[in-house]
Amino acid sequence: MSAIPGGNVVLEMRNIVKQFPKVLANNNINIKLYEGEILSLLGENGAGKSTLMNVLYGLYKPTSGEILLDGKEVVFSSPKDAISKGLGMVHQHFMLVGNLTVTENIILGSEPGRGGLIDYKTAREEVRKLSKKYKLQVDPDEIIDNLGVGLQQRVEILKALYRKANVLILDEPTAVLTPQEVDELFEVIKTLVATGVSVIIITHKLEEVKELSDRTYILRRGEVSGECNTADVTKAELANLMVGRDVVLTVVKTGKNSDKPPVLKIRNLNVKDDKNLLAVKNLNLDIKPGEIVGIAGVDGNGQTELAEAIRSLRKVESGVIEFKGENITHLKTKELIERKMAYVPADRHRFGLILSMTVAENSVLGYHDKVPAINSAHGFKMNLGRIATASEALVRQFDIRTPGVQVPAGNLSGGNQQKVILARELSREPEFLLVTQPTRGLDVGAIEYIHSQILKIRDKGVAILLLSLELEEIFALSDRIEVMFEGKLVQEFLPEETDEKEVGLYMTGGKGGVSDAE
Amino acid sequence: METLLQIFNTDLLVATVRLSTPITLAAIGATICERSGIVNIAMEGMMIVGAFFGLIGAMFTGNPWIGLVLAVIAGGIFSLLHAFATVSLHLDHTVSGAVLNILAFGVVRYLMVMFFGHPGTTDPIQFSLKNFQWAIPGLSKIPVLGPIFFNQTPIIYFSFILVIFFTFFLKKTKLGLHIKAAGEHPLALETIGVSVYRMRYIGVLISGMMAGLAGAYLSIENAVSFTEGMSGGKGFIAMAAMISGGWTPVGAFIASLFFGFADALQVRLQIAVNLPIPSELFIILPYVLTVAAVAGLVKRSRPPKADGTDFMIERPE
Repeated sequence: MSAIPGGNVVLEMRNIVKQFPKVLANNNINIKLYEGEILSLLGENGAGKSTLMNVLYGLYKPTSGEILLDGKEVVFSSPKDAISKGLGMVHQHFMLVGNLTVTENIILGSEPGRGGLIDYKTAREEVRKLSKKYKLQVDPDEIIDNLGVGLQQRVEILKALYRKANVLILDEPTAVLTPQEVDELFEVIKTLVATGVSVIIITHKLEEVKELSDRTYILRRGEVSGECNTADVTKAELANLMVGRDVVLTVVKTGKNSDKPPVLKIRNLNVKDDKNLLAVKNLNLDIKPGEIVGIAGVDGNGQTELAEAIRSLRKVESGVIEFKGENITHLKTKELIERKMAYVPADRHRFGLILSMTVAENSVLGYHDKVPAINSAHGFKMNLGRIATASEALVRQFDIRTPGVQVPAGNLSGGNQQKVILARELSREPEFLLVTQPTRGLDVGAIEYIHSQILKIRDKGVAILLLSLELEEIFALSDRIEVMFEGKLVQEFLPEETDEKEVGLYMTGGKGGVSDAE
Repeated sequence: METLLQIFNTDLLVATVRLSTPITLAAIGATICERSGIVNIAMEGMMIVGAFFGLIGAMFTGNPWIGLVLAVIAGGIFSLLHAFATVSLHLDHTVSGAVLNILAFGVVRYLMVMFFGHPGTTDPIQFSLKNFQWAIPGLSKIPVLGPIFFNQTPIIYFSFILVIFFTFFLKKTKLGLHIKAAGEHPLALETIGVSVYRMRYIGVLISGMMAGLAGAYLSIENAVSFTEGMSGGKGFIAMAAMISGGWTPVGAFIASLFFGFADALQVRLQIAVNLPIPSELFIILPYVLTVAAVAGLVKRSRPPKADGTDFMIERPE
């Protein structure tokens, strides 16, 4: 890919301002898109990238500013206008109707046929033609819910192409893909560019920017903080522009595993999912003190069920879980908390915090009835003053950015919410920590902090089980990597002896035959 | 044996269809409404409004067909309050529905006193849609099926046609596809340029018009006057039929027939069974079956994913 600014400007956004009731999401943004180029919009979460693209796509009305297409000013009052002018967008959260077919989703809103009726025959034919032309293989009659995310993304791209898009906006396109699928996607994008489509990619991943794009705009706090030809900058420079300070991209791991007996021992564990099917099958796992075991896997391969079983939130069908030699398989969650087993759940909004409660209340949640420093002698009345003081200490210790501890947790940013959870769990000095998806949706700065905290307690000798869908995270933290596929641990790796490609292959069952070899 | 024959005969099935018709109409309306994403528990109230205005129209013009049209219009207009509250004002669907049910009963009582000087039951009309009962030549002569399906009154025929029409509507038309998308993944629809608000207004409006038609059936086809509370919970049973029918028109129709059957059966049991059992026990039969059917079937049917959710486009990241 060579940078080719100097061609025709197909699209220009001038002085775009978008003011939400409480947030200034875009402040005077100017960007240009040249014909046939791949442009990255790089920025942290909340930097205003998606807002800007939603303005461009006609979903949001800009407070002020103008959009020019081929040099002429246009006003998009709805996505319909943007689509008719050749804009297509693949949203981060797919805009597909799960119970409809591929064809129905692709033609939705632009259905062929006369007098209000849909001509399904023509529609199917056109979908076939399109998928052939762009080498995007997909069955037109399959129901969306039956497709994997990689294929669903394909449908999204086809949807844009069906509407004859010549500017394609991709919002965080790789967030849910495996490394193999990412490669495929990049190939598809390159094919599209070759046919004359211009592409804008919204991302916060530096690798993607470097690998794919010709030019980059960096957004920070709603403003453009940098513009460059991608080839001319290093990842570190991009990161600095994005965060506004020096960032350590990879946290350094120190220390070595102990040879102490395992803290957590799982033997022949079987757990069923909500549909009453076995989701965790005959799973064995040991975690030693001071060790981080990372479980890699594509979403939906039993990770959730495993985590819930360990936390006693889900019934164990058979098998044994031991904590420091004690059988804890059928203990209650509360009893696990009393045994100093900490838990950072994947969904911080639903399971980690009570958003409408204050930071102070959230920082003692689950321990509020047991801690003597917090409770009166009878354990009936909570000592709110002490809770507040303790919480203030945690806010300082964990650098939680909040106007105060009496503010609802829902008012904090995602990163700071996660810090509240982490502070709560770590302040109880756990001996075992179960962390699932600790940095989902967080920006580089927050990820760096959370990772360093996890590594810190590992060095103190805590046994840690990490479940994450982000391979990068698994590699950054784990002392040992286990790959989970269809409810089984199919392969074990040491992070220094493998790479993301190899692990990715096992995650998708590419070498699944080994699974029964244990 | 004689008792059994007295209960289980063609008449029972004819009565089943008659009693199920208002449930069918309301259940199909509710199905379309919920497929668009709006929960409508105000079917009962809309039905009452339709029944009242149907009678008013028939009485003051002497033409029950005008009554029918007025009932559909009144149901439709009343339903727009629900659409406005839930779609435009983003009010909770259940709260709006509950309020509209109360409002419907209040408004109708007020209007009754205004028009007739007393609440309760209105004066009878001379000429109702029952006068238009039509035996379809040939078909109505088929044994058993003939009298059940082909020798009926107008709105019953309409209900058959509407079952087929709305099945086709959801499967083959653009509008139907858009309504389904609005109830499953509204943002997906909005992002390709179709207004979710409009689809949801249309969904609610259809349910209101269908409820109005169901109301007209009660007051000017099955009866010749309007009585307060004559809907007798049929709007709610219709919701049970919608759920048991898996949010499809045909499913709703079959479920409605089942509830109609239960109703027809209990009437006959009251008369035929010569046991010292209070007759009230039979009256509750359809309602008990409603609860049982919903409890048994609700697990298996899947509601539209965005059913009952609010939709608002602009949100900060």
